[in-house]
Amino acid sequence: VNDFTGLQAPNKAPTGIEGFEHIAMGGLTEGRTALVAGSSGSGKTLFATEYLYRGITRFHHNAVFVTMEERPREIIRNVKKLGWNLEEFVGQKKLKFIDVSPEPAPMTEAGAYDLSGLIARIQHAVKEINARRVVIDSIGSLFSQFTNTAMLRHEIFRITEVLRELGVTAIMTAERLEEYGSISRHGIEEFVSDNVIILRNVLEEERCRRTIQILKMRGDTHFKGEFAFTISASGISILPLSAMELKQSSTSERVSFGNAELDKMAGSGLFRDSVILVSGPTGGGKTLMCTTFAAESCRVREKVLFLAYEESGEQLLRNAKSWGVDFEKLEREGLLKVICHYPEAMGTEYHLLMIRREIENFKPKRLIMDSVSAMERVATIRNFREFVIGLTSFVKQQGICSLFTSTTPKLSGGDSITEAHISTITEAIILLRYVELNGVMRRGITIIKMRGSQHDKEIHEFTIDSKGLHIGLPFRNVQNIILGIPTSSGASEIERIGKMFDDKE
Amino acid sequence: MQYIFELYVAGERAMSKNTVRNLRKLTEYFPPETCEISVIDITKDPERAAEKHILATPTLIKTFPAPQQKIIGDLSQMEKVIAVLGLKKPEFIKEVTT
Repeated sequence: VNDFTGLQAPNKAPTGIEGFEHIAMGGLTEGRTALVAGSSGSGKTLFATEYLYRGITRFHHNAVFVTMEERPREIIRNVKKLGWNLEEFVGQKKLKFIDVSPEPAPMTEAGAYDLSGLIARIQHAVKEINARRVVIDSIGSLFSQFTNTAMLRHEIFRITEVLRELGVTAIMTAERLEEYGSISRHGIEEFVSDNVIILRNVLEEERCRRTIQILKMRGDTHFKGEFAFTISASGISILPLSAMELKQSSTSERVSFGNAELDKMAGSGLFRDSVILVSGPTGGGKTLMCTTFAAESCRVREKVLFLAYEESGEQLLRNAKSWGVDFEKLEREGLLKVICHYPEAMGTEYHLLMIRREIENFKPKRLIMDSVSAMERVATIRNFREFVIGLTSFVKQQGICSLFTSTTPKLSGGDSITEAHISTITEAIILLRYVELNGVMRRGITIIKMRGSQHDKEIHEFTIDSKGLHIGLPFRNVQNIILGIPTSSGASEIERIGKMFDDKE
Repeated sequence: MQYIFELYVAGERAMSKNTVRNLRKLTEYFPPETCEISVIDITKDPERAAEKHILATPTLIKTFPAPQQKIIGDLSQMEKVIAVLGLKKPEFIKEVTT
């Protein structure tokens, strides 16, 4: 997604891991060893394995995998589910395993020794297949195989020297005991000091959140702080917030809402590459607006992806039918794809990744998300913000016209967290509100923002019937509708009623 | 044959030479035909090192009699080696020493 080829310093080696090049400003330092430290289950082995896999498949870099904990066959089997066929590479002499996993038979130490055996095997393997990448996973397990720690420290240092002489870019992994404490067990970072990367898997409000942090990167700049990442069927994806560039609306091409009256209010429809937020209370007409938008998209033969987080597929289908839109037929025609998920089903990083994958596979021209605010339930404010920014910037990059909805907690008036986070990055905001006037609930609609265009700034009354949404005349002489406390202004009762709906047109 | 040993060393270094010397000392009680020792320099034959999962050098492997045993280090702790391998000195030596 992000192309940084132009920015690469000559001494950076891209890993091929999604998002890593961005946070590391190009990749690992070429010809050096990076330490990847993390607690058990933080994804170290996968990170290291993916580094080799991407190296072979994307950069034609042969690789040596020194495995100290798991047997090679276990590693091969573990990544099978990702569709990575490592034994094929072994057969093609692109990958070579050095198995130094602990042996069942006990070993006796009787006198002085060093790790020349291991070093000779690494040298031999690298030369044999002309490897450019080496992984040692995990270096710390040497400490459970051998008792002479002073010797081990010296030998680990010697290994990094040998790797440097061989000119390979290497990753060593190391265990951490706690998420926020010393960098690694046994202080291995003291020997492998050029690059230190930390992987974390922390519990945040009952949800596991994976993060990656580049602690140091010798001789170069990198992004500081922790970045969320996910592990999915396609491996590791790092989601750097700062990588998301905000591309402002740049086209003047307009598309229709699917509702002529609404198009008119918005100037003459929506900009093709814009993100629109529709905010309203429950039952306020948001899903109807989504349905019309989807139907319009299909009418003009543009593929549309409908992400539903508040209603089941059946409910959505039934509602659409009641407005004369046949979702099933549109899905069969391949114009529409409806995906229903409970927000609780996974963390926001996974939702975001899933959405990106769906967009990449289905290639829609328009996207509907009903509602974005449902995600508030499952995320911390910070995660939610990352989700919203990540999603909007992605759809903008793809030039997908997107309609997001946000449910306001109060029936009339009110705002929500979603709006606070999303409103500045959307091109248009439409508010749907209940308006209580003289003991009667009426519906109001207004456009409060329409970037790059003139729009109707009045609050219109609207009604919903079996044909859809109908926009009526603006409310007159009523104030504070948006705030949820409408008050009529001045004049006598009769006068007020007479003036409320201005029929001049 | 009473014992078969393989000794893996890394290059012609002092550590390698010491180990060979220590091993000879351990086996000098045995009549030469009862003991077979091969010394493998892993810097010259890294394939052998991989085959036998050699990590640390020097490593002594007793391949016969079973079970196979691995001892790492320069064998300077001789008592430990004798204990671990359960080495038995030949009868005639026992007679002399007791």
